[in-house]
Amino acid sequence: MNNLSYIALIPLLPLAGFVLLGLLGKKYFGKAAGIIGTLFLFISAALAFYTAYQYFSSGFNGVYQPVIAFKYTWLQFSENLSIDMGLYLDSISMMMIVVVTLISLMVHIYSLGYMKREERFSTYYAYLGLFTFSMLGLVLSSNIFQIYMFWELVGVSSYLLIGFYYDKPSAVAACKKAFIVTRFADLGFLIGILVLSYVSGSLDFNTMIQTLTQPESSTLKTAVASSFLGVSAVTWGGLLIFMGGAGKSAMFPLHIWLPDAMEGPTPVSALIHAATMVVAGVYLVARLFPIFAITTPVVLEVIGWVGAISAVIAAIIACTQTDIKRVLAYSTMSQIGFMMFALGVSKYGGEAGLGFTASMFHLFTHAMFKALLFLGAGAVIHYVHSNEMKDMGGLRKSMPITHITFLIACLAIAGFPFLSGFFSKEEILLAAYQHNAAIYWIALFTSGLTAFYMFRLYFSIFWNREHLAHSEIQTYKKSEGPFVMMLPLIILAIGAAAAGYIPFGKYVSTDGRPLESHFDLSFSILPVVLGIAGIVSAWIMYKKQNPLPDKLSSSFGALYKASYHKFYIDEIYLFITKKVIFNLIGRPAAWFDKNVVDGMVNLTGNATQWLSGRIKKFQSGKLQSYTLLYLMAAVVMAAIIIYVWK
Amino acid sequence: MTGSTIIFYLLAALTLVSGVLSVTTRHIFRAAIYLLFTLIGIAGIYFWMQYEFIAAVQIVVYAGGIAVLIIFSIFLTQQAGEKLPKQKMERKIFSALAVFCGFALTMVQVLQHEFPVSVAPVTSPSVNDIGRQMLNVEESGFALPFEVISMLLLAAMVGCIVIAMREKRENLNTEQKNIKRIPNDT
Amino acid sequence: MTSPGLEQILFISAALFFIGMYGFFTRRNLITMLMSIELILNSVNLNFIAFNKYVWPDKMDGLFFTLFIIAIAAAEAAVAIAIIINLYRSHQSVDVESAENLKY
Repeated sequence: MNNLSYIALIPLLPLAGFVLLGLLGKKYFGKAAGIIGTLFLFISAALAFYTAYQYFSSGFNGVYQPVIAFKYTWLQFSENLSIDMGLYLDSISMMMIVVVTLISLMVHIYSLGYMKREERFSTYYAYLGLFTFSMLGLVLSSNIFQIYMFWELVGVSSYLLIGFYYDKPSAVAACKKAFIVTRFADLGFLIGILVLSYVSGSLDFNTMIQTLTQPESSTLKTAVASSFLGVSAVTWGGLLIFMGGAGKSAMFPLHIWLPDAMEGPTPVSALIHAATMVVAGVYLVARLFPIFAITTPVVLEVIGWVGAISAVIAAIIACTQTDIKRVLAYSTMSQIGFMMFALGVSKYGGEAGLGFTASMFHLFTHAMFKALLFLGAGAVIHYVHSNEMKDMGGLRKSMPITHITFLIACLAIAGFPFLSGFFSKEEILLAAYQHNAAIYWIALFTSGLTAFYMFRLYFSIFWNREHLAHSEIQTYKKSEGPFVMMLPLIILAIGAAAAGYIPFGKYVSTDGRPLESHFDLSFSILPVVLGIAGIVSAWIMYKKQNPLPDKLSSSFGALYKASYHKFYIDEIYLFITKKVIFNLIGRPAAWFDKNVVDGMVNLTGNATQWLSGRIKKFQSGKLQSYTLLYLMAAVVMAAIIIYVWK
Repeated sequence: MTGSTIIFYLLAALTLVSGVLSVTTRHIFRAAIYLLFTLIGIAGIYFWMQYEFIAAVQIVVYAGGIAVLIIFSIFLTQQAGEKLPKQKMERKIFSALAVFCGFALTMVQVLQHEFPVSVAPVTSPSVNDIGRQMLNVEESGFALPFEVISMLLLAAMVGCIVIAMREKRENLNTEQKNIKRIPNDT
Repeated sequence: MTSPGLEQILFISAALFFIGMYGFFTRRNLITMLMSIELILNSVNLNFIAFNKYVWPDKMDGLFFTLFIIAIAAAEAAVAIAIIINLYRSHQSVDVESAENLKY
């Protein structure tokens, strides 16, 4: 591992694609834009895989040392404080670039088919390139400010992609909502950055972590001592940073943007809102994990609970939604909740760091199967031209490849033994079991629910209502999709099936030392049984059309209704913003603005106008008046100096 | 009352009277001629002070160069026999007042002040001396200002050419078209 | 009449200076304003020569200043007339008020 500056190409190639397609795409490339974008990303992905291979095969001395491949000081504030642009390579960033480039490449290929008929085809690929660039920049950032910049870039590209169908009002509303909610969270993130960098005197990850994790260092002592509202500065910093992460990762209660974000094109949902961007929050927490784990265990506790609550709420909501993409969106939120609380129950170092490893492992496997689910859903939507479950059914014969791959993904996410989700989820549950029993039981319940709602989705799409398949859809015979759409499904299905066999603990752990992941089969029995129970109940209820689901939902009554309406969280937000904030803060602020601020502004304006009316005669442009006045003044001043002052 | 004194006062009278006429007459061409007389009067005063070289330069450059330049520009810009526009009375009064105050102040100061008039024998500098000192690079030589002035003259020359240059050809063409169109219209 | 000396010449130069000033204030034609400026410059020249002759007759500094001022005045007159003629081309007038819209 000598010359690593080529790594900079990994994020820069998608950027080049963005610039090229964004500037010239529409005019010169037309339909070739997709091929060009894909090609750029293919090279980038190849480089990423090569880098990861190098890193994991050679840098191994018991500890994977972080490597800074490239560093360029951008803004120097003081001797210690500077904003750098750098590439930070360690095991988690390596894993992330593999995930991001792989999923992005799959989405690029898939979109060749899916977006074929779009008018703004090249714009779409330009946006994808921008997103991939920002995401890669985010995961490779070497300091927290750089991460913040890419964080915002990711937000912008997500905004652009959600609002891709800008002639659809709901898409426009959704992209604004996503942007505002994440922006609101990012405000917390920014303040958190400022607090932590003020406390540690650096923006660099390494320095920051070093200063903030040594209990005997004086800076840390003063930081812990200085408190606000009874909570120490470091804890506030950690909490605020987690707020940023929670916003991006759609954690409760900042999750409201994620389901609406499904208005974007489905491949985009697969890329951004399932596999990459939404796990940025998890990545952020993982990146600063030593600080959370050693210095501020309170924050970690909060992270754990927020994750667990998000997981269970999202799972309950997912059971009642009828739009298949929304089901997947809530499932994503639930799975990210898993990753979050896995981090939350983890400790720093050695065996206790199992949760960290498990979280990263789950992030990896989840990216595979969730992207696969979304792409599969995309294929289904492409086929039936609807998002609603009631328009689907019995598709297994007409869409065999989609059916099989979708099934694999569902089994993986449900934690069916020997598929990828099983391994990562078992590790998470094990970590939770060891450190926090309450969260463990919540997680266990949620994983059962996960199996249920995923198979509800599966059976509703591919079984149930067979007549639909024969009547409407079959009348116009068509294939389930072009080859470019099927290829990513197959590749991802292989990934979803096999990703669990990677010895993840060997590579990724809190302190860089390999962690032996051990499976206790007896421990796995309970989750697996629950998962199978979920599958079976879904099978009973949704395999064939029958009145059972309706009966069940009416017997649950209020709970079902609440869940169907997403626990009225959107309505609560609306109430808070419209009624409370607008009336109590907005109205007085508007009054103040109109009368006091505007009054002052108007006063200045009027005064200036009045004064200028008075003095504009002096600025007549008449040369002779000027000189005459000048002479008069000179004579008067000379007289004063000579006779008065002497 | 020597002849020299009489000559001086005659020159002074010529200078001032033609100066006043130059700024008050409403015939621009006459104003230029009066200016010429003023310049010649000043040249006469230089002669009277035995600064022949400066007097010669004054006549060559001012009377011969600048006055002619001004007369030419009058020819270029003015219709023959046209009188200059009148200035407002108010402006005239104010200007006269300010000028008179300034003049009075200056003269009071001049008359009150004791100038250290030199008693050394007055020797008028020869052209040879002037030339030597002007191009002298040692102390009290004026070689550097001389060079600077020559650069300035060059710059002024270039500036004149640039300013007075004709505008682009298109303007000309449109003008010509306009001219051509007139017969068609009528 | 006293025999002429420094003060008489200073009187002439001051008078010439303020005559030039008056002309500059009251004239509306740019060319006549330029003439007034020439008068002012001449009065300054006269001052330099007078002081040179009566106060420091052994030096020639005033003389050189006069020479340089004459050179500069020539250059200034040439540039000013070029500008005036250009203005005449665009505004068909050399009135000082026609140059007023330069303030915008």
